[in-house]
Amino acid sequence: MSVAVATTTGDARPALFRGRARAPSGGPRVDWRLAAPLGLAYLVFFAAPFAILFGISFYADAEQTRLGLDSWIKFYGDLFYLKVVFDTLKLGVFAVVATTILAYPLALVFRAAGPRARQALVLIILTPLLTSVVIRTFAWIVILAREGVVNQSLMALGLTSTPLNLLQTELGLVIALTQIEMPLMLLPLLTLMSRMDQNLVDGSRALGASQARTFFKVILPLTLPGWIAGATLVFASAATAFISQSVIGGARLVYLPALIWQQSTVVYNWPFAAVASLTLLFAVLAGIMVLGLLGRFARTD
Amino acid sequence: MQRATAGDLAYRLLVRGLAGLAILILLAPVVIVVATSFTTSQTLRFPPPDLSLRWYRELFDPVRSGPIHAAAWNSVWVAGTATLAATVLTVLAALAVARVKRPSARILEAGFLSPLVLPTLSYGLAALMFFSVLGIRPSLNILIAGHLVVIAPFVFRTTLASLAGLDQTLLEASANLGASRFYGFRRITLPLIAPGILAGAFLAFVSSMDNVPVSLFLSNARTGMLPIRMWGMMESTLDVRVAAIAGVLIASTLALLLVVDRLTGLTRRMSA
Repeated sequence: MSVAVATTTGDARPALFRGRARAPSGGPRVDWRLAAPLGLAYLVFFAAPFAILFGISFYADAEQTRLGLDSWIKFYGDLFYLKVVFDTLKLGVFAVVATTILAYPLALVFRAAGPRARQALVLIILTPLLTSVVIRTFAWIVILAREGVVNQSLMALGLTSTPLNLLQTELGLVIALTQIEMPLMLLPLLTLMSRMDQNLVDGSRALGASQARTFFKVILPLTLPGWIAGATLVFASAATAFISQSVIGGARLVYLPALIWQQSTVVYNWPFAAVASLTLLFAVLAGIMVLGLLGRFARTD
Repeated sequence: MQRATAGDLAYRLLVRGLAGLAILILLAPVVIVVATSFTTSQTLRFPPPDLSLRWYRELFDPVRSGPIHAAAWNSVWVAGTATLAATVLTVLAALAVARVKRPSARILEAGFLSPLVLPTLSYGLAALMFFSVLGIRPSLNILIAGHLVVIAPFVFRTTLASLAGLDQTLLEASANLGASRFYGFRRITLPLIAPGILAGAFLAFVSSMDNVPVSLFLSNARTGMLPIRMWGMMESTLDVRVAAIAGVLIASTLALLLVVDRLTGLTRRMSA
C-alpha cells in the first residue's frame, strides 16, 4: 500500500472517502454499489406492492374478474365515503392543533431550563414514545371509561352527577391522540428551540416587546420549520392511527383506516379497499404538501 | 432591566400552566397503566382496590397465556431480524449518499425516508396484495420484509446525521498514510458513527415491536404478533392481562433505553 495507490484509485472510491480537492466540479457522486442493496429492497418490497395496489384498484368487481373504474366511482360517488375521508382529515387537523397548543409551551419551558431539567424533560417525552401505541390506547380506555379516572374525579368534585360518555366520542379520541402523537411534535420542536439564537429573544425584549409579542414575532417564525416537521408527523400518524381510532372511537365513528381494514379482510372487496387505501395515501400526501407550502410561504415572508 | 407587565405575567402563567398540563397528559397514562397492572380486581378500575401480582402470574402461566407468549416471541424474532437486516443495508446506503450534493442523492434520501410519512396502513394492504399475487403464503419471513422497509428510515436518519458530523480530514489523513478504504471505514468511520447507528437501530427495533399497520395485514392466526393480539384482547373483553403485558413492555423498553443511553448518550445529545 502506498500513497500513489490511494490517489490513483480516484473515482472508484466511495463518495465518503474521496477528498474534496480531487472531486469533479459537482462534488462527490452517489456510490450506486453501496446504495443498491437497500434500493433493491425498497423496489421489491415497497414500490412493487404500491404498484400492485394501484393495479388492483382498477378491477370493477370484488372477484377481480373485470377491469373498470367501478370501484373508484362507487367510492367517490357516495357521500358516505366522502364524509369518511373528510372526518379522517379533520381528525388529523384536530390532533395537530391540540398537540401544538400543548407542545409549544413545553418547548418554551425546555428552552429556559437548565441541563439537568432538560435531560429530565427529554426522558418525560421519550417515555410515552417508547410505550407502545396499543398500550397508550389501552391507558386511555382506563382513563376515559364510565368508571374511569376522569369521570370519578368529575363526580368527586361534584361537577357532574352522571358519568360522561367520553369513549366512542370524537372528543375522547382527540384527547387520546394528543398524548399519543405529542412526542412526534415535541422532538423536532425541541431541536429547533435549542438551536435558536438567544440574542434575538433578548434583543426583542430589550427593545420593549412583551413576552407574548416576542413569542409571535421572534420565537414562532424561527421555530416554524420544527413545527412543520412535527405537524407533518402528527397529521400523518393521527389520520392513520387504526387501533386508537377503532378502540376509542368505537364502531360509530368510521375513519378511512377502519374502512380499509373492513373492506379488505372482512368484506373481502380488494379493489374497493385499494381505492380507499390510495385515497388515504393521497389525502395524507396532500396534507403534507399543504404544510410544506406553509413553510415556504413563511420563509419568504 | 425588564419590567414584568401584567401581560407578561399572564403569558408566563399560561405557558407554565399549559406545559404542566402537557407533562401530566404525557405521563399520566403510563403511570395509570403500570398501577392498574398490579390490581387484585377483575376490572380496570383506577386506583386499584388492592395490590398484587395476580395478573403477572396469570400472564406468565405457560398454559393459560400460551398464545400471548407465542405472539411475543414472534414479535421479538421479527423485530430483531428486521432491525439487523435494515441496519446493514441502511448503513451502506447512508455511506453512498452522505456528503453528496447532487439531485440523485436528494432523491435517494427522500425515497429511503418516505415510509416515515407515507401512511404505513396503505402500505400494509399493498404488501398483503403483493405477496398474495405472488402466491407467497403468510409467514414470519414476509413480516420481516414488511417491517424492514418501514423501520429502515429510523436507522437511515441517525446514520446520515452522524456521517454529516464526521471530520473528513481524519479519512484523508488515513488514506494519505496508505490505509485502504475498508481499513479507514473499519478503524475511523465505523467507530465514530456507531452511536448514531445504535440509536437508530434501537428506535427501529422499538418501532417494529410496536408496529400495527403492517402486521395487521401480513400476520394471521399462526404468525400472530403481540400488538395485534393485544388489540384483540382489548376489543373482546377488557382483559387485565393487557395491563400486565404493558408493565412488562414498559420495564423492558426502559431497561433497553438505559443501556442504549449509556452507549450512545441519546438523551444527553437530545437535550444539548
